[in-house]
Amino acid sequence: MSGPGSFAWFARHEARLAWRDWLSLMTAGHRRRARSVAIGFIVFVLFAHGLAWLMLATSGNLDGAADKRVLAVITGTLVLSWSLMLSQAIESVTRAFYARGDLELILTSPASSSRLFAVRIVAMAVTIVFMALVMGAPFINVLAWRGGARWLGGYVAAVALAMDAVAVAVLIAVALFRAVGPRRTRGIAQIIAAVIGAAFVIGMQFAAILSTGTLPRMAARQWAGLVRHAPDSVSAIWWPARAVLGGPAAMAALLGVAIVAISTAIWLVAPRFGQFALAAADMSRRSTRHGRRHARFHQASPAQALRRKEWILLWRDPWLMSQTLTQLLYLLPAAFLLWRNFYQGGSATALLVPILIVAAGQLGGGLAWLAVSGEDAPDLIASAPLRANRVLHAKTEAVLGGIALIFCPFVAILAIAAPRAALVALAGVGIAAGSATAIQYWFRSQAKRSLFRRRQTSSRIATFAEALSSMGWAGTGALAATGTWLAVIPGVITGAIIAGAWLISPARGTSLN
Amino acid sequence: MTGATGAQGGRPLSAPGVCSQINSESPSATRHVACQSGANPGLVPAALELRGLGKRFERPAVVDLDLSVPPGEFYALLGPNGAGKTTTLRMVTGLLRPDQGSIAVYGLDARADPIGAKRIMAWVSDEPMIYEKLTPIEYLDFVAGLWAVDADHAMRQSRDLLAALDLTPYADERCERLSKGMRQKLVLAGALVHEPRLIVLDEPFTGLDAGSAHVVKALLRERIQAGCSVIMATHVLDAAERMADRIGVMASGTLIADGTLDELRRQAGAGHASLEDTFLALVAQDASGP
Repeated sequence: MSGPGSFAWFARHEARLAWRDWLSLMTAGHRRRARSVAIGFIVFVLFAHGLAWLMLATSGNLDGAADKRVLAVITGTLVLSWSLMLSQAIESVTRAFYARGDLELILTSPASSSRLFAVRIVAMAVTIVFMALVMGAPFINVLAWRGGARWLGGYVAAVALAMDAVAVAVLIAVALFRAVGPRRTRGIAQIIAAVIGAAFVIGMQFAAILSTGTLPRMAARQWAGLVRHAPDSVSAIWWPARAVLGGPAAMAALLGVAIVAISTAIWLVAPRFGQFALAAADMSRRSTRHGRRHARFHQASPAQALRRKEWILLWRDPWLMSQTLTQLLYLLPAAFLLWRNFYQGGSATALLVPILIVAAGQLGGGLAWLAVSGEDAPDLIASAPLRANRVLHAKTEAVLGGIALIFCPFVAILAIAAPRAALVALAGVGIAAGSATAIQYWFRSQAKRSLFRRRQTSSRIATFAEALSSMGWAGTGALAATGTWLAVIPGVITGAIIAGAWLISPARGTSLN
Repeated sequence: MTGATGAQGGRPLSAPGVCSQINSESPSATRHVACQSGANPGLVPAALELRGLGKRFERPAVVDLDLSVPPGEFYALLGPNGAGKTTTLRMVTGLLRPDQGSIAVYGLDARADPIGAKRIMAWVSDEPMIYEKLTPIEYLDFVAGLWAVDADHAMRQSRDLLAALDLTPYADERCERLSKGMRQKLVLAGALVHEPRLIVLDEPFTGLDAGSAHVVKALLRERIQAGCSVIMATHVLDAAERMADRIGVMASGTLIADGTLDELRRQAGAGHASLEDTFLALVAQDASGP
């Protein structure tokens, strides 16, 4: 049962790899940090529970009978959460298809590869369950504490929905493989994942907009209408919500559907997984022409050559395209708000400023990492007759140029409705992107572009500094847009955070030449 | 000035009386500056001159290394794993900062003026330095831009190099679809597109099939005939035996032997042995030394 080549044997192997991978991700390869990571995890758990407690503090009647309104709220939350799970699952599945890793070892061994791929699909489901629980467990625990043990059904719902998400993701990936071929599947899957993931954030933004009373009348009207037109409370559509509320039949049904879904996905795909992965690997070897033949060379200075190279690579980076698309989608609610504000009058334009600044900071950090740390030919650049500071300037210009290209249209539209807010947004976007770029430069560590997803592991300080900087400048921008001098306070704090990052950065004391 | 000195080391960079220097201010032009008093204008500076070069990591990697490669020479650097070959070459190309000693490239102090030295050098390592998402043509355009080569000239050069290296059919494909050998050949094309005077190679034949290796050797020989100098670290003794004018053998960070193949044989007391036997004898001698 657990001999070499069995399910259990493969599962043990995968679990060991996953554990070491996770540990390496958390500790950035430093075993001594394991204790700090454990302490950090405990702090995070306590913080998350505290936050959940605060957010649920005003929710009444948690132990009463569930009416249609409660069922609708729970269902809405589950739909949003599931969109995030599905987005993550599509990414995981696509990555698994395109990762060569041990593919050839597995396929050339006499062991049953379909067993291993079945284990891998289950492992993806476990990962998605884990991620769902990291986010959902504090809320479920607080609900169970305040409303009774029946809310522990939320765990069953989370596990079932994660299994469903992986099953659907596997089927989407296979369908794409068959429909558009391995070459286009990766890009399209990434875009689908980004759009679905963005749906979660956009939904949260709308929820925040509605709950903060920016659009109170419309919200109340629409919400009441939605609940009135929703199916009756005995409808099967509420089963997931009823499972969260601890309904035994609903829990059994939800789990049953999930088990059938994941089993079907495994049964359909595991025996062919190797073929798909080989097709994906073969695609990378097949020749395709890009661009014009005999394109002319460009008369360029070294800095111009560097900038052009960075722009080409950024443009051709599939991750970056999906990330940029996501960022732009995140701005949709803000754009919606701007549109309403423009026609109905009001002061909501000030709300757009921090959103633009945070998005610019986040995107700037990503672009800067790709340009500064994610240099695939560091020796080529280092052996070229160029001073390090010229290389840095050229790369910074490339990053900030990209940011300007993306955000200037938004700022220009904002300027029509509110010139003052647009001015603040323009300054904030520049400062946030510049700060993120500087932090990335101070904490740079050479890595392959393909390791982008793990850039946070190289420096936790840089990650936190980048996030705090974006949020700090957003806060400053939000206050500045309303015209209050209080904007100075978050501005000074953010400046201090960036100065602190510089003081503890490895770049301090090293000079450019 | 009677012989430029390294930034750290006190030994002269060139042969006594030689102070030929290359002006590195202009990116497109390299200009030899006439010597001052005491100089011998008839002497051409060495393509590469290392004096007292040293580098230490946890333990010494290169120890007090003296080495000279005259212009137009193909110099092969051999040695067992961990002998210090790659560290030496990385210091020459400015990728590693030496702890001590001096490096002169055609008389130019590479530690005092690294940009000037880099302008006339090219570096090829065994790990292809390449961008997956660029096509070979775009890659060569980029490299030409880094060295500020005239665009038309670079385009002609690139076409010739791609043709010579059998890469023309792949010129417009992204590098991610090239095999390791093709990538290695493309990196070599990138190294040659700016017409360097000193080519520094670290295991350039890694991943190349016999045919490609033959083409690369022919290309390097052509460059030598055109007056270029090459220093190459390799484990492919056959390539060193066939191509090198002189061979240096490193072990434990020092140069234990240096000369033509015949001179090495004499030093090893190896008669008419092959380079492989000579190399093994020299390394064994060093290991059993005082």
